Amino acid sequence: MFDNLDALLLARMQFAFTVSFHFIFPSFSIGLASYLAVLEGLWLKTGKQIYLDLFKYWLKIFAIAFAMGVVSGIVMSYQFGTNWSVFSDKAGPVIGPLMAYEVLTAFFLEAGFLGVMLFGMNKVGPKLHFAATCMVALGTFVSAFWILSVNSWMQTPTGFEMGANGQFLPGPSWSAIIFNPSFPYRLVHTVIAAYLTTAFVVGGVGAWHLLRDAANSHARKMFSMAMWMAALVAPIQILAGDMHGLNTLEHQPAKVMAMEGHFQSHPDGAPLILFGIPNSAAQRVDYAIEIPKASSLILKHDWDAPLSGLDTVPVKDRPPVGIIFWSFRIMVGIGFAMFGLGLWSLVARWRGRLFDWAWLHRAALALSPAGFVAVIAGWITTEVGRQPYVIYGFLRTADAASPLDAPAVGASLLAFVVVYFAVFSVGTWYILKLMNGAPHMGEKGVRRTETGPVRTAGITPGPHQKTGQANVEGGNE
Amino acid sequence: MDLTIIWAFIIAFAVFAYVVMDGFDLGIGILFPSFAVGQERDQAMNSIAPVWDGNETWLVLGGGGLFAAFPLAYAIILPATYPLVIAMLLGLVFRGVAFEFRWRDPAHRAVWDLSFTAGSLIAAMAQGMILGALLQGIKVFERAYAGSWFDWLTPYTLLTGLGTVAGYALLGSTWLVWKLEGDAQGHARKLAMRSAVATLVLLAAVSLYTPFLDQAYFARWFTMPSIMFASQVPLLTAIIAYFLFRALLKKREAAPFWLSLCLFLIGMAGLGVSMWPYVVPDTVTIWDAAAPERSQMFMLVGVGLTLPLILAYTAWAYWVFRGKVGHEGYH
Ligand code: HDD
Ligand code: HEM
Ligand code: HEM
Repeated sequence: MFDNLDALLLARMQFAFTVSFHFIFPSFSIGLASYLAVLEGLWLKTGKQIYLDLFKYWLKIFAIAFAMGVVSGIVMSYQFGTNWSVFSDKAGPVIGPLMAYEVLTAFFLEAGFLGVMLFGMNKVGPKLHFAATCMVALGTFVSAFWILSVNSWMQTPTGFEMGANGQFLPGPSWSAIIFNPSFPYRLVHTVIAAYLTTAFVVGGVGAWHLLRDAANSHARKMFSMAMWMAALVAPIQILAGDMHGLNTLEHQPAKVMAMEGHFQSHPDGAPLILFGIPNSAAQRVDYAIEIPKASSLILKHDWDAPLSGLDTVPVKDRPPVGIIFWSFRIMVGIGFAMFGLGLWSLVARWRGRLFDWAWLHRAALALSPAGFVAVIAGWITTEVGRQPYVIYGFLRTADAASPLDAPAVGASLLAFVVVYFAVFSVGTWYILKLMNGAPHMGEKGVRRTETGPVRTAGITPGPHQKTGQANVEGGNE
Repeated sequence: MDLTIIWAFIIAFAVFAYVVMDGFDLGIGILFPSFAVGQERDQAMNSIAPVWDGNETWLVLGGGGLFAAFPLAYAIILPATYPLVIAMLLGLVFRGVAFEFRWRDPAHRAVWDLSFTAGSLIAAMAQGMILGALLQGIKVFERAYAGSWFDWLTPYTLLTGLGTVAGYALLGSTWLVWKLEGDAQGHARKLAMRSAVATLVLLAAVSLYTPFLDQAYFARWFTMPSIMFASQVPLLTAIIAYFLFRALLKKREAAPFWLSLCLFLIGMAGLGVSMWPYVVPDTVTIWDAAAPERSQMFMLVGVGLTLPLILAYTAWAYWVFRGKVGHEGYH
């Protein structure tokens, strides 16, 4: 009995750990792949060397992030079977095909064109190379499409029938499964999140180099591009998040109650709790700082609308409040901070001080990892808020795990923790090292040099190259 | 034709594609320490760097396809071979990141070369042992695995594991014979000879062992009509082995690789004869494990539309990087 409980908890920890780690990389590479496509496209269109230089600068970083995303993703595709075999057996007929589509339409696309994107510039010429870059970028988006459809179906399951053997079976319409009610919101919110995450990384790197040398034209270009993204997309993300929350209120009200910290029902206007310490034992939020009736205004667009609290949900169906309450506030806080930086950059631009306002650069630098934090916090909100179910309302997490002994799950969890921290910290360190190098004219990257094989080209300072001739790089040597 | 049978063939195809494609990548990883530090290693690495990710994706299709088309099999086999699967995944982590990391940190290149080799070796061994564990039988109760978590560890699985390592080494070395020139090629040829011998010996051992594991295999191999096919397998293997050694001795370039692939194809066919129509031998047939027709049909449409495209652009990617690797990487 106890054994079972432990194995379940360990399996949950293992899934949360491996998927959180995995998601760090896609949330960067989805955005970065598109950014690379934009840079290469601008280079082809304008012929300006600076775009090619930036492309090569970020390509080296992309290669490392992508490799880490791939290896951690392969782990994910086997996690369902190893640790959640009952879930796999039951839900396989519905979500298995969606994941198979992800492999067929996204993973092969990315992987098939990645080699050409990284190594093929001199083999296929600039136009085809650009096409390969676009295919990789498209692949990352399609991948997000399918996996988020799967996840959304687990949150808001529709379009299925219950089989006699306890399996979830697909109903007559696949689009009812794929386009389940929370999917459009989740897709928009998550893809924008990936773009914002990337924009803040790019902006942070630009700011770092501007702080060292405000005249660096490459740093200026990337900082400016990133700040446009921040200014334009952060507010969109806040709107998308708001709509997502309304959708969640409709389909998973208990999750929203936990996010808001509403233990009790409020028959005439619920307060918006800004901060406080949720106290599940006493079913209240201690030391709450709240705005009266504002929660009803946001969620129902009416000051006095009644809102039910967790007291209306049976105890066995309640999600844990503490984690969700905080993770939600972290995400939203970061969302507003990003918006703030975007506004600040507009002011700076208007005053002509975008490239020499050190405090703006310091703030951008401080916010550069914020996207990752927000993304993980958002997922924790989403996933923990779905508890105690894996398939919301139909299959409990406790009934979904593999028949494994706790030592087996514990040992593998330990192995994942050790290996991931060791390997991925080193990879992150290499990325930071690359980012620390200033972007400059005649950036080397995808082409060979005389000093060694392709990949070394990026880091060993080779003999100085001819600069300013864009077509040499893509050319036909 | 029955959709379930079509799906069994699609999964088998994905597994075969994985084994031959990632097989030579992993094989190169396994043989890596025997290459001289410097140009020889760099060239070996560069010969697979542009394609390894695509090759590995077949593993995701094999696993994902099994999940989708035969969820029950996926739900039984993975817990039954749990430590092996985890070891394989971690091995693939070490192997995969080495492609990038070794170029990023010349001071620690030796560490990443080691991670490349160890990762490849562990992944190959684990894959072979998973196959062995499947063939030797898995304890099932109702819809779940009912054995304990070390059932997979037997002399038989060690044998299948080693056989897979040797086979991958054969694929890797013959690939290098094709892609390299000069001294490095000569070295690869020598390795190919040795791996070919090891592969054939282990293949023979596994083939002799398997029919005696279990009455059902025995019956399947040594009764009509399968004996008609079965009796041809050793003969065919011998013929291919003959041509393989001849091609290596005559210093042919591409032939050794293609002949090694033929060896794998025969092995795969033999496996099919042993297992048919079970996915989990002797307990779960492909029909027991199959997803409902709606799931299979939906995916079949996807496979029909995308697989030709995938094969086309994969072939294109190989075509772009055709020819010898040369001394300076790609140019
Ligand atoms: C395809 C489905 C899927 C996707 C895309 C995600 N998850 Fe998830 N998650 C699950 C499917 C799932 C699951 C299999 O359904 C789990 C395992 C046990 C459970 O309760 O749900 C789960 C649990 C789970 C838990 C543990 C919750 C708890 O036990 O209270 C956390 C913290 C996360 N996930 C976090 C994430 C993060 C950070 C993701 C971002 C990438 C993410 N999940 C994507
Ligand atoms: C449990 C859930 C998940 C599973 C099983 C999974 C599986 C995988 C696998 C197998 C790969 C490697 C593909 C290859 O070989 O090229 C991968 C990479 C990738 N995944 Fe995931 N994934 C999950 C969650 C997510 C989420 C939530 C997203 C995005 C919203 C995502 C986006 C990507 C992207 C863009 C890649 C390409 C590599 C990269 O960019 O780092 N994945 N995933
Ligand atoms: C003020 C701004 C924001 C609001 C109001 C908001 C709202 C929400 C809500 C309500 C959820 C939970 C969805 C559910 O219940 O299933 C969520 C999830 C999430 N958020 Fe946000 N969010 C905001 C900003 C951000 C930012 C800035 C990022 C990242 C850069 C981000 C990334 C995510 C992610 C990745 C998820 C999980 C995936 C999903 O369910 O969409 N959010 N957000």
